[in-house]
Amino acid sequence: MGWTKKILRVNLSDGSIKSEPLNMQWAKDYLGQRGLATKYFVEEVDPKVEPLSPANKLIMTTGPLTGTAASTGGRYSVVTKGALTNAIACSNSGGYFGAELKFAGWDMIIFEGKSPKPVYLSIEDDKVELRDAAHLWGKTVFQTEEIIKSSHQDPQTRVCSIGRAGENGVMFACIVNDLHRAAGRSGVGTVMGSKNLKAVAVRGTKGAAQIKDPKAFMAAAKAAKKVLADNPVTGQGLPKYGTQVLMNVINEMGAMPTRNHRDVQFEDARKISGEAMHEKRPTDGKTHLVTNNACFGCTIACGRISKIDETHFTVVNKPQYWGASGGLEYEAAWALGSANGVGDLEALQYVNVLCNEDGMDPISFGATVAAAMELHDLGILTKEKIGMEAPFGSAQALVKLAEMTAVGEGFGKEIGLGSARMCAKYGKPELSMGVKSQEFPAYDSRGIQGMGLTYATSNRGACHLRSYTVASEVLGIPVKTDPLVTEGKADLVKAFQDATAVFDSSGTCVFTTFAWTLADLQPQLAAACEGEWTMESLATLGERIWNMERVFNNAAGFTAKDDDLPPRLKTEPAKTGPAKGLVSGIDKMRPEYYQVRGWTPEGVPTADTLKRLGL
Amino acid sequence: MQKSLHIDPNKCTGCLQCEMACSFENHGVFNISKSRIKVFSFEHAGRKVPYTCTQCAEAWCLNACPVDAIRIDAGTGAKVVHEDVCVGCKVCTIACPFGTVNYVADSGKVQKCDLCGGEPACADACPTGAITYVEANWTGLDKMRAWAGKTDTQPRAA
Repeated sequence: MGWTKKILRVNLSDGSIKSEPLNMQWAKDYLGQRGLATKYFVEEVDPKVEPLSPANKLIMTTGPLTGTAASTGGRYSVVTKGALTNAIACSNSGGYFGAELKFAGWDMIIFEGKSPKPVYLSIEDDKVELRDAAHLWGKTVFQTEEIIKSSHQDPQTRVCSIGRAGENGVMFACIVNDLHRAAGRSGVGTVMGSKNLKAVAVRGTKGAAQIKDPKAFMAAAKAAKKVLADNPVTGQGLPKYGTQVLMNVINEMGAMPTRNHRDVQFEDARKISGEAMHEKRPTDGKTHLVTNNACFGCTIACGRISKIDETHFTVVNKPQYWGASGGLEYEAAWALGSANGVGDLEALQYVNVLCNEDGMDPISFGATVAAAMELHDLGILTKEKIGMEAPFGSAQALVKLAEMTAVGEGFGKEIGLGSARMCAKYGKPELSMGVKSQEFPAYDSRGIQGMGLTYATSNRGACHLRSYTVASEVLGIPVKTDPLVTEGKADLVKAFQDATAVFDSSGTCVFTTFAWTLADLQPQLAAACEGEWTMESLATLGERIWNMERVFNNAAGFTAKDDDLPPRLKTEPAKTGPAKGLVSGIDKMRPEYYQVRGWTPEGVPTADTLKRLGL
Repeated sequence: MQKSLHIDPNKCTGCLQCEMACSFENHGVFNISKSRIKVFSFEHAGRKVPYTCTQCAEAWCLNACPVDAIRIDAGTGAKVVHEDVCVGCKVCTIACPFGTVNYVADSGKVQKCDLCGGEPACADACPTGAITYVEANWTGLDKMRAWAGKTDTQPRAA
């Protein structure tokens, strides 16, 4: 089994709540979480739907291993049509919320329609009700969790919610759970806000009882945990430095996008690195990092918990920010730091906390500020327009803009559009560094060629988590490939995309794949879930999910033209480092990729491909 | 040699593998709400702290029980609830100063840590060594070793 075999359908327009049996044929074909929820979504929602209209749906979903003792088995995902991207969106989060939903007896929640007034969903096992959220509207994520836990008189309640960014239509709003874990990308929080849904509070006491063969499962889970513990990345690097282990590595490779991708190396990378978080500050003699942290079931524990220097300008009179809080992770450190040329670790963590507090994706926020700084540099956005001087490198401007964006104050309203819409508004669409209106994460496509193809073809817009070829091109996992060449990257990207889709559908974390392959996941799934789960069936399942998402996007209006990178990455060579002189070879890789995928030269899956995958 | 559970909160990441192992060992289900060990989160300080019964030598729960349902396991020294005897009166939950005996509504009995008969599942599942099962007389040995290392600061001849 692995599934509870029950889903909740909540119609926010009329307030009705129904329990439905899970479609077990679909569970067999799409496993769970990303794959299964996307199947429900594409069957029920018109691809042309306007993301912020009541006709869009939003699904919160667990995988079959969520809530089990499998390492990292605490993931949940949010599937919808993304506000930022207009494409299929699937944002994945850890923390404890997903496992609690499973423990309450539910595989997924499908939200439909739009509530006439702010509400939140309360789940206590089978007791499910929509409750008034007038008192929560206008509150931050941190306040919302506190108020709900206190009014439920149950500190063990788990909450996911939107902050003020999601309420105010910031296009890259996220849904935050357990204070600092987030379904972060593509504006899934914006969609939740458009439905007047403030939060979901869940308490589950039933547990995950549906394991097919408990003894075999415990043995498989234990063996897989040992693989993680023995691996240098998941056993040592990630627990000690978190994802920030990458900051100095990627910078030295010349693949650190800096100042809106004008440069590929950041002179202050060391100051904002994982190593710097371990160094004692001259001001108070303490390290920035307090401890590492795990999500539910995770034996890696890459999460960072830090404290900001109390004397730093960002928090000097704000004791509410002196406590320990989540961050910095590598992507946030890059987007808030290198992308803007800001080398002030304390300022970056303060902005990161604001992003958690008000539910904003720090990648899209930071990258949009970078675009604004470039527009400022070019004289297109004046000091008067932004309301301040905003040159590259200004921590003051970064901080001020963060404080203004979630609440939609002044120029913060325009940062909240995201870089694609903002740059288009000022006549410079080419300065938005992203794909399908979603901003790039922290790897430059000129220095790591496979990531260019990853971004261009990602079904949810630019994203590193759809095929993390950095593992191969930088770390040599599972085999080392040359990051500077395009040869072989089409096959590499396809293999990573398909395998990642399986992990994202299982309830486990994609970070396990630094050590695990499908061969480590397969025995756990086979022991937990009814049905036959072989290496072959899982590989096909991943490919099926990828093509299903592609078909939806094509029907939504995306074409091969949208599988492209901004002109800067194709025409302005890297200035320094090992990739010096290189541009992205995306135009060479794209047709190769379509061929490997079994798609037409226009990027459309052929009838044969769809038939082979059972689509 | 008697052994005891030893908890080092500094090593705890909050993964809850201990709670899952406990519920699986005792109830055959992954269900942290049935776990006898709990991990508490102190967000503001960034700390996670596992906590369970420390098996007091003179056990208040055992002494308070009116039906002698809580007895000492001769092998492990654990104070063990005998479910067939327990009447669910909850007096032990009042007597315990630490809150580590709790009522289970499903069964109408109380439950507490019984050291899994000498192979505690929580310690086995803990990935970081925050929960270990060590000689009862020397639970402080690791801490002593760490501090001993810090006192060894005198210069010495090459």
